[in-house]
Amino acid sequence: MTESTDVMNPLHPDALAAAVTAARAAFDGAADLAALAEVKPAHLGDKAPLLLARRELGSLPGPERADAGKRVNAARQEAQEAFDARREVLAAERDARVLAEEAVDVTLPWDRTPRGARHPLTQISERIADVFVGMGWEVAEGPEVESSWLNFDALNFGKDHPARSMQDTFYLADLEGNDENLVLRTHTSPVQIRALLGRDLPVYVVCPGRTFRTDALDATHTPVFHQVEGIAIDKGLTMAHLKGTLDAFAAAMFGPESKIRLRPSYFPFTEPSAEPDVWFPEKKGGAGWVEWGGCGMVHPNVLRACGVDPEVYSGFAFGMGLERTLMFRNGIPDMRDMVEGDVRFSQSFGI
Amino acid sequence: MRVPLSWLSEHVAGDLPTPEETGDAFVRVGFEIEEVIEPPSITGPIVVGLVREIEELTGLKKPIRWCQVQVGPDQTNGIICGARNFAVGDLVVVSLPGAVLPGGFAISARKTYGHTSDGMIASSKELGIGADHAGILVLPPGTGEPGDDAMPLLGLDDTVLDINVNPDRGYCFSVRGLAREIATALGDDYTDPAARVPVTESLEAAWPVTLDDPGCLRFVARRVDGVDPAAPAPWWMQRRLLAAGMRPISLVVDVTNYVMLELGQPLHAYDAGKLKGDIVVRRAAKGEKLTTLDDAERSLDPDDLLISDDSGPIGLAGVMGGASTEISAGEGPIDVLIEAAHFEPAVIARAARRHKLPSEASKRFERTVDPQLPPVAAERAALLLVEHGGGTIAAGRTDAGAAPAIAPVRMPLDLPDRVAGVKYKPGATVTRLTQVGCTVELATGDDGRGGVVATPPSWRPDLLQPADLVEEVLRLEGFDVIPSVLPSAPSGHGLTPTQLRRRAVSRSLAENGYVEVLPFPFVDARTWDAFGLPADDVRRRTVRVLNPLDAERAELATTLLPGLLDMLARNRSRGLTDVALYTLGQVVLPHRNPVPMPEPGVDSRPTDAEIAQIEAALPAQPLHVGAVLAGAREARGWWGAGRAVSWADAVDAALLAGRAAGVELRVEKAELAPWHPGRCASLRVGDFPVGHAGELHPKVVEALGLPARTCAMEIDLDMLPLDESRPAPRISPYPPIAVDVALVAADDVPVATLADALVDGGGELLEDVRLFDVYAGEQVGEGKRSLAYTLRFRAPDRTLTHEEANAARDAAVAVAVDRHQAALRA
Repeated sequence: MTESTDVMNPLHPDALAAAVTAARAAFDGAADLAALAEVKPAHLGDKAPLLLARRELGSLPGPERADAGKRVNAARQEAQEAFDARREVLAAERDARVLAEEAVDVTLPWDRTPRGARHPLTQISERIADVFVGMGWEVAEGPEVESSWLNFDALNFGKDHPARSMQDTFYLADLEGNDENLVLRTHTSPVQIRALLGRDLPVYVVCPGRTFRTDALDATHTPVFHQVEGIAIDKGLTMAHLKGTLDAFAAAMFGPESKIRLRPSYFPFTEPSAEPDVWFPEKKGGAGWVEWGGCGMVHPNVLRACGVDPEVYSGFAFGMGLERTLMFRNGIPDMRDMVEGDVRFSQSFGI
Repeated sequence: MRVPLSWLSEHVAGDLPTPEETGDAFVRVGFEIEEVIEPPSITGPIVVGLVREIEELTGLKKPIRWCQVQVGPDQTNGIICGARNFAVGDLVVVSLPGAVLPGGFAISARKTYGHTSDGMIASSKELGIGADHAGILVLPPGTGEPGDDAMPLLGLDDTVLDINVNPDRGYCFSVRGLAREIATALGDDYTDPAARVPVTESLEAAWPVTLDDPGCLRFVARRVDGVDPAAPAPWWMQRRLLAAGMRPISLVVDVTNYVMLELGQPLHAYDAGKLKGDIVVRRAAKGEKLTTLDDAERSLDPDDLLISDDSGPIGLAGVMGGASTEISAGEGPIDVLIEAAHFEPAVIARAARRHKLPSEASKRFERTVDPQLPPVAAERAALLLVEHGGGTIAAGRTDAGAAPAIAPVRMPLDLPDRVAGVKYKPGATVTRLTQVGCTVELATGDDGRGGVVATPPSWRPDLLQPADLVEEVLRLEGFDVIPSVLPSAPSGHGLTPTQLRRRAVSRSLAENGYVEVLPFPFVDARTWDAFGLPADDVRRRTVRVLNPLDAERAELATTLLPGLLDMLARNRSRGLTDVALYTLGQVVLPHRNPVPMPEPGVDSRPTDAEIAQIEAALPAQPLHVGAVLAGAREARGWWGAGRAVSWADAVDAALLAGRAAGVELRVEKAELAPWHPGRCASLRVGDFPVGHAGELHPKVVEALGLPARTCAMEIDLDMLPLDESRPAPRISPYPPIAVDVALVAADDVPVATLADALVDGGGELLEDVRLFDVYAGEQVGEGKRSLAYTLRFRAPDRTLTHEEANAARDAAVAVAVDRHQAALRA
């Protein structure tokens, strides 16, 4: 074993302490992260005193080596901690400064690409379809140019029934000039007939769609409008089921507190016929009743025209105007807003 | 129909509740209240006055009368009056000082024209009971005594209900019908005004009448001889006519109108002295003409039903009488022939429509009038004429034809319960059917269950089958007792793939900045010229609206673009410069050789062949999606310049729609109006074109006044295949190798076509081809351009080597070179 005659043995506690002190001083003296990185090798690098001291350990005898090893490790850890602490401080300083420099005005607009929107009539029509799909119903569709048999005859409108002229029908001429038998559908009811002709019983369908009547456009009328109709044909259906369905429909559209009452009315395709009124708390101008379409038990003549035996099956039907529903549900004062196509209108309803 | 409550209450046992409660009761049994017309707001004293003296004041700008009017048993007031339609001895209405007339018009004694006018002689307009302001109101003799309170006497305290009557309830266009309904709704007893008219048997005819056409089922005539046509109708009758919205005209006209309002039977009165020979009811001959009471000469249609005599037509049956037999007031006593007939509703409805003459009579006839009423109504009118116009009822009564028979309706006793889902109290069905006027018998059905046999009353021809009886029971029992029960539908299948696709396409366009609009389908034919469509273009072949609202927009759209472009222009006109719109909708494409539309019956299901023919006869109506855009697609802002819309945005919109529908559309160069011939793409599924996109032709833009460089796209969604079982891709986790190639080819080789060649040649390792640069210039030579693509290669099961990638690239390039004479650019 040779005792070193050097100024100081690097493993000596004083030497280690001095190296740590020097390291701490150097680290604390570094003004920023770059300076810290520059001084790091001299104190924690391969040639740093604390690392060199570790190499000396091999020359020590066993018991002394363990002892010295502990000392070296402790010293090195102390230096490392001094470094880490300083780096943390400098990093925080850096972050604070740089991020501050990079700050922007986040209220700057980023309306670089245009905003799209779907028409509220589309939205409400899908909402209604979803409500009924949720109850197990299906959604049916049909053409807008319709045969008068489907639009009138099958729905129990006699050829000279005053209700036919009441409907204010757009009559059409095809290329051959045929008329009378081709109309723009005046209601979505022909889709009910199509459903009864084309589907197996029982039938539970709703039919949203575009309809046409010869009303000039004003604040409360439009010649092109939208309806949703529903029809249910099954064994044992009663008017109580009609009321239950409308109550559920109203609750979905106007909130759980809303309710329906029925007033006797007349439609050729239902008997008894009724007009539903809906009551709901959020009605514009305060909770109250609003007329909401028509309904009734499907007329046996309609069932017969579709080949359904009215002795066995019964059912109900109902129909509402979507423009009107939207008007009193969302407080839209003028129907023209819905048809003019001004983008500001649809945009306010989003997607 | 407008009806004063006092008139209704004459036939209801109890007192009517308040007007609001009476209205609510009507609503409960199926009538809408259009309006509750409150009595005019008047405070008295308003009295009957007798004109004693008239002094004409002279020397004034207009003639003025100074009148002495007796306004009480012992009181006579001096009153100034500017009207001249009265004489000494007339009964008038006097508002005495202190009275307030409608509109806050307060009456006081005032000095005028040198006299103190102690009150005012009133006109019906000033009293708020009519529009007639031509003169003051002269009451018929005997209306009252001087000083009588005029308010109840004139019916000035009566509320009027305007009631909307549904088309199946023709009998309610009368006090008779409405009183029955309100009595039932209130649970009161009802007396039928028809039942109090004594109709005696008569074997003699009042006038010879022949029914030559089944359109007239019954014709009753009664004659009153020696009536004074100048006699006024009594005030109570005039007042009720006014309240019902009709103008009092003369005794004979007023009586026929009054009886029509009371009973529901339209009547016509002829001056019997002007009739020539027998009355014949027949259809019009071609070329016949009739001058109706409104002094219009009408050319008759062979389908018109006429009342005629030897002179020719004297009336358009059930619609309006003729001028030649009109009763005029000027002559002395006349003989009046009263017609009360029953016509086939459809015949009258068609005639009224044909001649655009919706009269009070035709309105009732086309909704069916009680066929038992004619003798009753004729008698009632004759009695009123004699009472107020003198004369005598001639001995005979003509009654040609007969009321149609009414068939009894059988119904299970519990059917109303089963339809309503309510257990009604026993006897409810019989009670309610009896209240509507049915004769009801209980019977046991073949199955041993209880039933009713109801014979409907003559005024209810609409009660034809059990469902009709059920409605009567349910509405009279009240819809409010029906409970709310949610039916359990069988499990459904949700939205169809087509419905889901429609939503996806709509959402996709909205999310990409397009705003949905819903244009009308009506198109101006000149649009096709503005579009520059060739004469034989299929889009010019339209279905036409026969009765358009706007004569210039009478065609149904074969494309969505005209409607979209209209709305684009509207938004621009409102100062919105950057506009991108879309719509989804059916277009109407007539078939080249349309089949006739069948008219199946309604007693049973149409045959499958008939259903198929209906479908074949309807025009094709595919669902299209269209979009138009103009202005900037990206706005300018603090980030820099904006980007104007271009043809590429329109193509991109079409591809977006296709992708949302689950189809990658292929783009090919096309030429089609209204697009720019060099900037039009056709969108294809495989080789099948499904739509077009691009920039519009500058001429179209100019012709339609659109913003420059407007772009548009439209595709037929129904042409896109619905593929719900698209194969899942194999996603390789191995790294790709990207290789760039630049190919020089003739500049008419489309980018997409060259890319197709690279894909075909690249084999299975080629994952993606992406164009990143297009260059044309001296370096590549005239008529050529350089297209630079990045090819991305990847193997499914291993890390690809560069050698493999290069080999695949060479193979890709080889096909492009071979197919399109392209050269690899050094």
